[in-house]
Amino acid sequence: MSSPNQNSTHAPLFALVDVNNFYVSCERVFAPQLEKTPMVVLSNNDGCAVARSAEVKALGVKMGTPWFQMKDLAKQHGILACSSNYTLYHDMSQRVVEILRQFTPKLEVYSVDESFLQIESVLNAHESPTHLGAEIKQRIKQWTGLPVCVGIAPSKTLAKFANHLAKKNPSFNGVCDLSNMPKQELYQWMSEVSAAEVWGVGRKIAKRLEGMGIHTVLDLVQVSPQMMRLQFGVVIERLCYELRGLSCLALEEVAPPKQQIIASRSFGKLVLSLDELAESVATHTARAAEKLREQESLTSSISVFIQTNVFMRNEPQYSQSIQIPLVHPTDDTLVLTEMAIKGLKEIYKKGFRYKKAGVMLGLMTDKPVVQSSLFEDHQAKGKSLRLMKTLDSINTRYGAQALRVAATGTDQAWKMKSENVSPKYTSHWDQLPVVR
Amino acid sequence: MTQSINQLLHQTSLSQVPQGLSGDLSVNETPLIMHPLSAGFPSPAADYAADGLDLNSYLIQNKPATFMFTVRGESMIVAGIHHGDKVVVDRALKPKHKDIVVAVVNGEYTIKRLYKYKGLIELRPENPDYPNITFSEGHELQIWGVVIGVVRRYSSSSSRV
Repeated sequence: MSSPNQNSTHAPLFALVDVNNFYVSCERVFAPQLEKTPMVVLSNNDGCAVARSAEVKALGVKMGTPWFQMKDLAKQHGILACSSNYTLYHDMSQRVVEILRQFTPKLEVYSVDESFLQIESVLNAHESPTHLGAEIKQRIKQWTGLPVCVGIAPSKTLAKFANHLAKKNPSFNGVCDLSNMPKQELYQWMSEVSAAEVWGVGRKIAKRLEGMGIHTVLDLVQVSPQMMRLQFGVVIERLCYELRGLSCLALEEVAPPKQQIIASRSFGKLVLSLDELAESVATHTARAAEKLREQESLTSSISVFIQTNVFMRNEPQYSQSIQIPLVHPTDDTLVLTEMAIKGLKEIYKKGFRYKKAGVMLGLMTDKPVVQSSLFEDHQAKGKSLRLMKTLDSINTRYGAQALRVAATGTDQAWKMKSENVSPKYTSHWDQLPVVR
Repeated sequence: MTQSINQLLHQTSLSQVPQGLSGDLSVNETPLIMHPLSAGFPSPAADYAADGLDLNSYLIQNKPATFMFTVRGESMIVAGIHHGDKVVVDRALKPKHKDIVVAVVNGEYTIKRLYKYKGLIELRPENPDYPNITFSEGHELQIWGVVIGVVRRYSSSSSRV
């Protein structure tokens, strides 16, 4: 008979599942004719490449390359540039996470295209961790059309490393399981990857490591963690233990609530009038407030900022921000919008061409622990709560911004530039893919 | 309670009043309980309350693997799939002989009935005006998903009663 604690006595085992070229892959799921086309997805305002297809990577285009810098190369090789379609990427990301949760509820959504799974307790249903990894990869490909790589190891840092190996070396077939790998082979791989590639090693630290003669992952594994603690502190010490297969970083199943929420965008064109700025500020406020309610926090301060284009040196420059403290912590879009517009009117100066505006919510508190003031208007508060719930549910159902505060305007001419954005294939009835 | 706050207010100089109070003195009429309490016998039907019919759960078996397409053209009209219909496509199902599928042919989506027998694979339209698409050996057929439903809305100009 197995003891009830059997699972907890297993050493932890992590899988990092990461979608290959996520944004590009999402585009290709719905546009099969692009399967072999070299393509990039551009950031907001069609600025720089935030995702590259394998063909573009092979041409040596780096992440974050501005589009205008690669236009010649694009012409030469027929590189297609898509504007980012975050609505689609978000939907696809949620599908992937939903599938991953079928394998184990112990899951940390690390970013839009990566999740950590803790798998030691579900292994008995599978032949080996490698088999489990292969099944995850196969199911996500089959169900969503997205290609993933899986890295498996006894610590999160090593799982990241394993995923890196799976991505770079086709021989792994998309699944790299370090828990089953002979030491000799593991060390061989570690000696071939630069220490700068390790999760948590920033550019600065990588440089200092270089100076100490630590070049590869293997070098980093061989150095004494205690010594690294003296040099770099506890974070890098932990990283060294993690690389040795000792798990120090636990799964963060619930993301800690953010202490700040920022919503801002550069404008597609320069904006002069207070009215247009106000529309954009109100829109950002609505989005920030929505995020605030999503994480069930209240804010007690809202800041507004505006700035001209700092890169246009011969233009008159102006940038200003203002912080408005709120007496009663709130998550009410109406209250926040009113405050934000008030703040904007304080800092707005005529005659400048503005490039960017945004709002920041600060001083968060979790909802339940808020000290309700004796003098607050509780009835009004109940009404606001119901109104915000309705607002969020309508916007979830009919698309963001279906229902919004009138101050956000109707034209939104300042909105970001996205010239080649694909349809919202999964969320809008009039934009579904067409089949003949 | 109303009284005590009013008394408190009278005893307090204005500078001591918290900021939030300054405009609005109606605050002290706050009811303590916002939900009505009903006494008496509960409805015998309460146990049988249902959530109503949910078209999503009727049409969709496997949410993360299900996508919708808009049909263009009449190639499946005999199967009851018309121009403008929305079809529900499940990627998690293994395509069988005689399933209606969405396939990728020459980089484009096509909706046809799948025929698999004796090593022959065909995509057949359900409209005599359209040709069969045959796959010779060595040619790979890429099936995107299996069609599990169709949704049609009739545009109606009649007014509500």
